[in-house]
Amino acid sequence: MTSLESKPRRGPWKMPFEIHLEPRMDQPRWLGWVVTLGAVFLAFFIGAIVLKLGGGQPLRAYGFMVRAAFGNSGVLSDTIVKATPLILVGLACTLAFSMKLWNIGAEGQFFLGAFGASAVVLTPLLPPETSPWLMIPAMMIAGMLAGALWGFIPGFLKARFNVNEIISTLMLNYVAVNWNNFFIFAVWTEGGFQMSPKFPLTAWLPRLTDYAKQFPELRGLTTHLGLVFGLVAAGIVWWILFRSKWGYEIRLVGDNPRAARYAGINIARNTVLVMMLSGGLAGLAGMSEISGVVHRLQGAISPGYGFSGIIVAWLAKLNPIAVIPVAILFGALIQAGREIQPSGVPKMIQGIVLVCLIASDLLLRYRVRVVRRPRGA
Amino acid sequence: MSGVPLAVEMRAIRKRFPGVLANDDVDFELRQGEIHALLGENGAGKSTLMNVLSGLYRQDGGAILVNGLPVNLHSPRDAIAHGIGMIHQHFMLVPTQSVTENILLGLDQPRFLMRLAAYERVIADLGAQYGLHVDPRSKIWQLSVGEQQRVEILKMLYRGAQVLIMDEPTAVLAPQEIEGLFKTLRAMVAEGKSIIFISHKLHEVMAIADRITVLRKGKVTASGVPATETSKGELARLMVGREVLFHLEKKPSNPGVLVLELQDLQAENDKGLPALRGVSLQVRSGEIVGLAGIAGNGQSELAEVITGLRPASGGQVLIDGKACIGGQARGPRSSGLIRRLIRSGVSHIPEDRTHVGTAPNLSVTDNVIMKSYREQPIARGWSIDSAQARLRASALRESYEIMVPTIETPVRLLSGGNLQRLILAREISSQPRLMIAMQPTRGLDVGAIEGVHHLLLAQREAGAAILLVSEELEELLSLSDRVYVIYAGEIMGEVREAEAATIGLMMTGSHLSDLVREGAAPA
Ligand SMILES: Nc1ncnc2c1ncn2[C@@H]1O[C@H](COP(=O)(O)OP(=O)(O)OP(=O)(O)O)[C@@H](O)[C@H]1O
Ligand SMILES: [Mg+2]
Repeated sequence: MTSLESKPRRGPWKMPFEIHLEPRMDQPRWLGWVVTLGAVFLAFFIGAIVLKLGGGQPLRAYGFMVRAAFGNSGVLSDTIVKATPLILVGLACTLAFSMKLWNIGAEGQFFLGAFGASAVVLTPLLPPETSPWLMIPAMMIAGMLAGALWGFIPGFLKARFNVNEIISTLMLNYVAVNWNNFFIFAVWTEGGFQMSPKFPLTAWLPRLTDYAKQFPELRGLTTHLGLVFGLVAAGIVWWILFRSKWGYEIRLVGDNPRAARYAGINIARNTVLVMMLSGGLAGLAGMSEISGVVHRLQGAISPGYGFSGIIVAWLAKLNPIAVIPVAILFGALIQAGREIQPSGVPKMIQGIVLVCLIASDLLLRYRVRVVRRPRGA
Repeated sequence: MSGVPLAVEMRAIRKRFPGVLANDDVDFELRQGEIHALLGENGAGKSTLMNVLSGLYRQDGGAILVNGLPVNLHSPRDAIAHGIGMIHQHFMLVPTQSVTENILLGLDQPRFLMRLAAYERVIADLGAQYGLHVDPRSKIWQLSVGEQQRVEILKMLYRGAQVLIMDEPTAVLAPQEIEGLFKTLRAMVAEGKSIIFISHKLHEVMAIADRITVLRKGKVTASGVPATETSKGELARLMVGREVLFHLEKKPSNPGVLVLELQDLQAENDKGLPALRGVSLQVRSGEIVGLAGIAGNGQSELAEVITGLRPASGGQVLIDGKACIGGQARGPRSSGLIRRLIRSGVSHIPEDRTHVGTAPNLSVTDNVIMKSYREQPIARGWSIDSAQARLRASALRESYEIMVPTIETPVRLLSGGNLQRLILAREISSQPRLMIAMQPTRGLDVGAIEGVHHLLLAQREAGAAILLVSEELEELLSLSDRVYVIYAGEIMGEVREAEAATIGLMMTGSHLSDLVREGAAPA
């Protein structure tokens, strides 16, 4: 034959088997969830092995983590506090990813949201004695607008000049952090410290503990109104994606832009709008975090919520409702991490979960098969 | 049984998908050195059976023997190791790489050093041997569909395929390209290779196949019948289970008002070269106007300009006497224009059903409402009435006989012909005022083609203006009231009582007026 490959060269030694990846043509619907759950379990299993090797007692460690995250109403509340921004940011990513817009700038949009909300209090746009009924909505709007602006920029650049949104959103993260820093260090600094003065109580989101007078069992619970924002937003995003005309357009563009164009959908306009709403949701997360938890503008307001949101959205398979439990799982990991510092076990688990999930995606798309190498082949 | 050894034997193959038994104990035999045609209506399970043979799917039951020995085919790699290669309906080539690179892709050799020049020579030789002419150095995106198909064949030959499976290879080819393909196939069987050939075009099957196997609803209805012992009529009956009329009953045409008018329309193709050089034509309500031409002479661009997908660089399009595109046209552009055209009743059956006409991962329902989701009753304010949408999808599935387990199934799982039916259902059910139909029967089985022809004629009777673009001259002539012939972006002329020979000459660039002057065509 003409083929040049008829006599393949063989290396000195080869494994006695090969691993083949076969693309899956048909995957049942349940497979996705089973594989995802399996990946999470596997991650905990691998974590257990690592713990064992390190001389630890995996079961005790996990038991401790579960208790540290869900053990009593106090820690459960703390877990939910951690999960709240993750829900909102996860939704922001879910929305953008549904249109295959890779917004990895949720972190920056989160910071801008925090900035926008703070500006209402610190500039001050509204005097401190303003009623919370006006103050909180004003902060929400300002936070969402600022986040939306941070989404608008990459959205517009993409729609108009086809600038890759991965790069632009990533870069804008740095701009956002430094923008905040400028205000923290220079404009709103409190006595030279790298933080703003504390907000007046009128700018605080109501927390469960605020009702301890009527219901004593709520004392010390810091779960705040931001959770309601997250739950409502999840419902709204679900409705948008799966029940509204706009959401239909988003899904159509995400699946096949050429078909969307053929159906007369304005892709550029949707790109800008989706990036804005995505940024707005991340901005709302920032607002809820500083108004519900931190109560001032400072540098360290996010342990990478914006990036965790990407994972949350992915884990939830871009289903807005599934974002809620997934965010709570991640909140639990963060919370447990704080409790058993400095061992860093939850960080490790988080890392392993991520790796397993990415690997499981491969499992979904391919069937892995180990085949024996025929002898003499 | 004859003494010819069997290249492939499939025994009692069974393959189930959620909701369908795609192959129900199918037996199939391929002799060495034969061209074996596989026929069957849309969704009969032809592609599935061949995907099993090429290692893409794993059968649920049954055995495969290659050269008399049982084999386990887990992947296309396994299959090609046993000499079985398949060329799919949708090619799997990397557009930015050269022909040679695509052919070498995924092979163990060459390992590190790409001595491309040497391989290019080998591939050029291989091509010459089988009449597969394509420049090994050109990039895939520069090639026509027919050339890309040749690359796919070369790829399989280079990998040492002894059995070549071709899934509807002629659906995307122009008539002369089909001739070329048949020459190649004959050269291959002369070398002792065997070929499985799937097609819906019975005359092709009669022309090229030695034997024929027919599937229907996952079962074999005729197994290895010699082509010489059967007829088109019998094959059609075996495929669809009833008599198929190859003859069309057409009422005399009764053209009404002018709906579509193109005036000196010009447009460029994707590479920025002129694709339409001043096209003028008219389509009236209640008539079917054919546009004949060899693929790539501007038909796609013409359809895209009229439907707003491609800007016109000169001239104008008038719909119902109003300038819509180009010239003095006022109003929205790009997506706004497309929406306006959809609203004013322009429907479009695109040439490329997977890349333009549908969204593969969305459900049947979502694909069916693609053009109607903005309006009542599917739309309700800002939301989509999902009950209405499902109702619409079920109704269309029913009346257009779209074979699909549920209306929630993502359309990428539909068989080729059923996908085409879905698009037809969507575009015809909107009661269009003007319809641009590109190859509407491509990939459909004989029964469905008959159905589409009746649907088009019914639309004509209902007063729609239809511009029909097809490479099937026979179809074009039997359906159309008038035929324009396009060549290199120019209209060669218009024929009424069309005669195939005249049109053939015009398709290769002769103006009708010249033909009339030379006496080659009636005045
Ligand atoms: N991966 C899949 N998952 C689920 N159902 C499938 C899948 N592939 C095919 N089917 C179904 O199996 C049946 C047979 O499909 P197949 O593609 O084999 O038909 P076909 O004979 O090639 O038809 P066509 O002429 O329209 O191409 C169809 O009902 C189809 O919807
Ligand atoms: Mg098929």
